[in-house]
Amino acid sequence: MAYEVDGKTIAADEEGYIVNLADWSEPLGALIAKSEGLEMTPNHWEVVNFLREYYNEFQIAPAIRVLTKAIGKKLGPDKGNNKYLYDLFPYGPAKQACKIAGLPKPTGCI
Amino acid sequence: MLHTVNKSPFASATLTQCLGHLTDGAAVLLIEDAVVGGVAGTAPGALLAECLKGHKVYCLGPDLMARGISEGRLVKGIQTVDYAGFVRLVTEHDAVQSWL
Amino acid sequence: MSAEDGDTPGVIKRFLFVNRKAPYGTIYALEALEVVLISAAFDQDVSLAFLDDGVYQVLAGNDPSGIGMKNFSPTYRALDDYDITKLYVERESLTERGLPEDGFVVPVNVVSRAEMAAIMSQQDVVLSF
Repeated sequence: MAYEVDGKTIAADEEGYIVNLADWSEPLGALIAKSEGLEMTPNHWEVVNFLREYYNEFQIAPAIRVLTKAIGKKLGPDKGNNKYLYDLFPYGPAKQACKIAGLPKPTGCI
Repeated sequence: MLHTVNKSPFASATLTQCLGHLTDGAAVLLIEDAVVGGVAGTAPGALLAECLKGHKVYCLGPDLMARGISEGRLVKGIQTVDYAGFVRLVTEHDAVQSWL
Repeated sequence: MSAEDGDTPGVIKRFLFVNRKAPYGTIYALEALEVVLISAAFDQDVSLAFLDDGVYQVLAGNDPSGIGMKNFSPTYRALDDYDITKLYVERESLTERGLPEDGFVVPVNVVSRAEMAAIMSQQDVVLSF
């Protein structure tokens, strides 16, 4: 499949994860979110940006447990918990937020 | 611990590397191409003869047969096992380390 | 690891991942790293051993951009987030390859060959790469 942003076609795999990480932009992230039925809020972007930073630093998308812990450390315990993250990304914070962030599926995610 | 080696010692250093990591009660099992190292009168054979002073060394029979090596040509003390013996060795040791 | 093999669920076993190959020439190093990250989900007692050419995996300064491969060195630094902190590097393997005992991409324990052999023998499960 593919996404159309600003007249450009962005290639994605059959699950909607983009093929080239360098293709990502914020409008693309918002479009992917929309295709997932999500309206992005500042709280959504906070998690998505956190994931992108984590990927830049470690070259992996973190597992959900690691993501929760790391977010708690950076953004506080009221955000570093499963409920908060699942409320934002009902189909799984790691999986869904990674897709919106233009990252591969988290390692260990089936 | 049971250590398995599957590469020929004439092509790879894994046998030597394995022999450097044996603790009390450890045994060595040669499988696949590694069985060629069990032949007496060779350099790896000499290493195994030394190893036999403190450890048990086994060779997988079907792999010897496949390479036309008769048991009589092995370093004295190396025991030949069949596949059932391989399984028994695995169960007799608490863990297996494969030197790939 | 599961109730199916007769163990009580929740029992923590000692897992050792043995890395003996240089990175990038084969897929072993990257595959091992991925398996280690996945295994972290099972809350086991995980250790990583780097010996023989495997010591090259955790050296700082690896740059595979020239051979068109992704640099997975930074990922070793994420292991701490996965509560994997027992990384052992064998001193003799370093010496044999003319490598110093520092300059790793992540904190490691440099141990002797005899210590490495002891670490291996203390495990419930050894996974070799």
